Amino acid sequence: MGSITLKKVTKNFDEVNVIKPLDLEIKDGEFIVFVGPSGCGKSTLLRMIAGLEDTTSGNIEIDGQDATHTPPAKRGLAMVFQSYALYPHMSVRNNIAFPLKRAKVSPAEIESKIANAAKILNLTDYLDRKPGQLSGGQRQRVAIGRAIVRQPSAFLFDEPLSNLDASLRVNMRLEISELHKSLATTMIYVTHDQVEAMTMADRIAVFNGGIIEQVGTPLELYQHPVNKFVAGFIGSPKMNFIDVTNDSNAQTQSLGVRPEHFEISTDSGTWQGTVGVIEHLGSESFLHVTIEDGSTVTVKADGDCPLKYGDTIYLSAPEHKVHRFDKNGLTIKNAAP
Amino acid sequence: MATTQSRTLARMMLFPSVILLLGWMIVPLCMTLYFSFVDYNLLIPGEREFVGFLNYEFFLTDPAFFESFFNTLYLVTGVLAITICGGIGLAILLDQAIWGRNYVRIMVLAPFFVMPTVSALVWKNMLMNPVNGLFAHFAIWLGLDPIDFFAQMPLFSIIIIVSWQWLPFAALILLTAIQSLDREQLEAADLDGAGPFSKFFYIVLPHLSRAVTAVILIETIFLLSIFAEILVTTSGGPGYASTNITYLIYTQSLLQFDVGGGSAGGIVAVIIANIVAIFLMRLIGKNLEG
Repeated sequence: MGSITLKKVTKNFDEVNVIKPLDLEIKDGEFIVFVGPSGCGKSTLLRMIAGLEDTTSGNIEIDGQDATHTPPAKRGLAMVFQSYALYPHMSVRNNIAFPLKRAKVSPAEIESKIANAAKILNLTDYLDRKPGQLSGGQRQRVAIGRAIVRQPSAFLFDEPLSNLDASLRVNMRLEISELHKSLATTMIYVTHDQVEAMTMADRIAVFNGGIIEQVGTPLELYQHPVNKFVAGFIGSPKMNFIDVTNDSNAQTQSLGVRPEHFEISTDSGTWQGTVGVIEHLGSESFLHVTIEDGSTVTVKADGDCPLKYGDTIYLSAPEHKVHRFDKNGLTIKNAAP
Repeated sequence: MATTQSRTLARMMLFPSVILLLGWMIVPLCMTLYFSFVDYNLLIPGEREFVGFLNYEFFLTDPAFFESFFNTLYLVTGVLAITICGGIGLAILLDQAIWGRNYVRIMVLAPFFVMPTVSALVWKNMLMNPVNGLFAHFAIWLGLDPIDFFAQMPLFSIIIIVSWQWLPFAALILLTAIQSLDREQLEAADLDGAGPFSKFFYIVLPHLSRAVTAVILIETIFLLSIFAEILVTTSGGPGYASTNITYLIYTQSLLQFDVGGGSAGGIVAVIIANIVAIFLMRLIGKNLEG
């Protein structure tokens, strides 16, 4: 069991309001990712759920029980920190055993739980080492191991991969996803990296300035962002916004077109532009095109794109792939079916 | 940067200071060694006669030697115990978020700036004096007999005074160590269900081990040579009850004018200090590695 409900939760640091009244329901067994730019309150909210920060007002319910003022250890949650927060003077074995010893679990049971966790996480050979003798990925796994053995009702991850190098990050991403599938426990995962959010999440909550802009599955957010912020945050490279001066729909202030939805033509199209820098990634190329109004858009093209720097091209986008935003940045619904 | 040329240059630049420091140490040591083997009394002028190990024999068989040897040990271990335990407690208190924390931290350091003679005099005349002292007033107010600290418990009184001087040093070193503790570790321990005592013994104390080692090593060096506090308060008495090795050497060479005997005592003190140093490095020095 691990359903978490936030009801009108707020957080103030002194006079500064960090989290505005916020409602969120996290279902049992769900992998939910909090994503947003730094300083948007996503980590603070995670720490409030963990019990490391007081809640200024509102309620946090875990499995239907009000846990707003429950001390962290009693909430049945386990957290993996950005710095891993391993105890440096203890061996891996003792690090993993620490929460069990505090909970007065019998030594035989501790031993079997450690062996089990070590097997899941490929740590069996490292149990007698100190954290300082491990690589970043291994430390990460020890931190996860320490969380697993407590059999928490939910795991909380606070940017766990941001200290790893790029290739290791891809591996750990996969391992955490697999772990979630095999344990089927609720996981709340905080990151500023929308790629991590898109690849791992069952649902994503996009944070901005202390509020949740939108909650939904990765594809929902990609296809139907509710506003310009979500549209620009989800998707890589990010969506292009083109200001509109005379449109049939008078409300529309700007159009949003994802780089992958542009159609390139050499003779006609909606926008005329000049090709700038071309980034060849092999499987695809990204063109930076300067269009008539002076703004630069990113366009995804085939890997063997024959265009060169300075070429003049025409861009267009199929009507149903174009997002329209009004002057408040909100999506105009009927425009993007 | 480690070319042959730069290394040679570095050695040449180091050379003068190494020679100066070595000379500073070697010359007095050799002179002391020389004096310790001759019969050299300030009251008896004339030829200094070579007497072999006679000075050492006198010094080491003197009953006062053993008493002051153990006094030195008690003094060092007593002060270390008080400053380390008190220092950890004080450091944890100073780490709490209180109003005016920065001022409190500076104030706490104050005893360390007071020179030993002055602080010993303050304790002797204003606090521990059996007639005028604050403790005496307090005892009378409670209806007890005032304690004559320097007559009844001379060594303990000196331990208290020296501890008061060194407590701020220990507290500050340990405070900086506590501040370098990763807060996420404490939060992780919170989530792992560790109470305040578990957190202290499993997280904070192991983290402090290196700082404690540094405090022990540094303090030991200075505590072996405590002198001013004894001279000002008890003059080593009553009897030899508060005489340590340093003070005994002073009595030998400057009160009994026996420079030869005092020098032999000095060499013995150097040997003892080295034994203590080796012992300490073996025992706790590994904490400083890595």
